[in-house]
Amino acid sequence: MSITTTVPPRPVHDPDSPLDWSGPLVPGEVVLDERVAPRAAWSGVVAAADVLTIVDVGGNQSADCLLYAADDTAERYSAADTIAWQGNVYVRTGTVLRSNLGRPLMAVAGNEVDRQDTIGGACGKESNTLRYGHHTAYQHACRENFLAEGARHGLGVRDLVSNLNWFMNVPVEADGSLGIVDGMSGPGRRVALRAERDVLVVVSNCPQMNNPCNDFNCTPLRMIVTRP
Amino acid sequence: MTTGRLGAEGLANVGQARADARGRASVSDWMPYLPANTTPYPPDGVDPDTLTWAETVAPGGYTHLRVARGTRLRLEDVDGEACASVLVHNAAQPGERLNVADTQKIPWQAYLGAGHPLLSGDGRVLATIVADTSGRHDAFCGASSDAWNEAKYGDATAEGPSPSGHALLRLAAARHGLESRDLPPAVSFFKGVRVAADGALEWTGSAGPGRSVDLLAELPLVVLIANAPHPRDPRPDYVAGPLRVHAWRSRPTGLDDDVAAATPERERAYRNTIAYAGLAGL
Ligand SMILES: [Zn+2]
Repeated sequence: MSITTTVPPRPVHDPDSPLDWSGPLVPGEVVLDERVAPRAAWSGVVAAADVLTIVDVGGNQSADCLLYAADDTAERYSAADTIAWQGNVYVRTGTVLRSNLGRPLMAVAGNEVDRQDTIGGACGKESNTLRYGHHTAYQHACRENFLAEGARHGLGVRDLVSNLNWFMNVPVEADGSLGIVDGMSGPGRRVALRAERDVLVVVSNCPQMNNPCNDFNCTPLRMIVTRP
Repeated sequence: MTTGRLGAEGLANVGQARADARGRASVSDWMPYLPANTTPYPPDGVDPDTLTWAETVAPGGYTHLRVARGTRLRLEDVDGEACASVLVHNAAQPGERLNVADTQKIPWQAYLGAGHPLLSGDGRVLATIVADTSGRHDAFCGASSDAWNEAKYGDATAEGPSPSGHALLRLAAARHGLESRDLPPAVSFFKGVRVAADGALEWTGSAGPGRSVDLLAELPLVVLIANAPHPRDPRPDYVAGPLRVHAWRSRPTGLDDDVAAATPERERAYRNTIAYAGLAGL
């Protein structure tokens, strides 16, 4: 159905953008295979030992991601514990994604990008007013997606913490300068996450159009769960 | 400081127990000083009669403060061995709390220092670092977790010899009706790390004894502080030192102040904060 709307235009990718839907990074029986539209949210429970492949279909599309222990969402992803435990701020193959109690939630079983981010946080209507100005306050943002998708699982503002940003590039320079720069991913690149216990995964397909976290071109994601 | 049975006599009745309890009045190296102007350690340049809180937090201890907007808080690392892992919540609306990602991303700067705002996820400044004589801080690693302390020291419980920062923050939070869900990653003062080109954390540790950090409350706050070793502290033993906390009345940052005018991002953050406080009558 095509309607006329007076809502300000929503960002969407260039119709000529190359899209590579790729496939699972780790072999196994496919138990879930879903597409996430540009700007949209997604959630799912990945059972212990199953592997979630996230496909960067259009390239350099940030997949903002939070993790919760499925049986007790008070235990959730902790960027700080993940960083402290491995002694490195970047996420790569082998990184254990730890909870606020320091325990493993998932582990990076495969990765086709030099380094993945967990220090850049999520965009929000409010933080957009700081970074870009109050003229951006009306725009949709990852925090909206997290709140809306989280509410389906009983989660609220208290459950929003520093997140992962798959396919986003946030270097820390020698003087401490930190920021979102051009990505190192490309169409069809993937990351694979093995669940160390049953984990609720919440993803925002970042709708940000004021920085290069999605190359200013909102593209889809593909979520595939395989059972080895 | 005396603990244990004071004398040889029995404490079989209430009168004896009361006399024994009253005989314990003393001082310790870690205690609050009430009223605050009786502190043995008044901060330099501060009129003691403006002090609203004074305390020394024990190694492996914690504190929690409910502070008014415009309160200035000085944390002092007495012997160079303190590590203050700090969380701040908007007391009027505790779902708004420290967001370390925004605190690093919005100023485009990972390392905390004088002038740096501690931002919430709601586009506002909860507190400003208005003075810093240490320069050794960390906004990456958070407070130590239970699993880390169990692996490193064999115990993480608050009653044990090596409490985790997170265990202490949970107890501090509980005093304000806050739970584990209310504890996002914290910032740590007086123990520093730097990030190498490959992302590796390099330990810079302590700047030495007597260093301090001043925080200015830009909204009414709940401040939670755990004083436990930093998780990247390379020493195998649990080394912590006393942490001194003083608070006094000051005024919140205005748009004309240097910290607000420093960058366009910070200026907008203070604009949001001042508008919120005005609308809410804070
Ligand atoms: Zn976003």
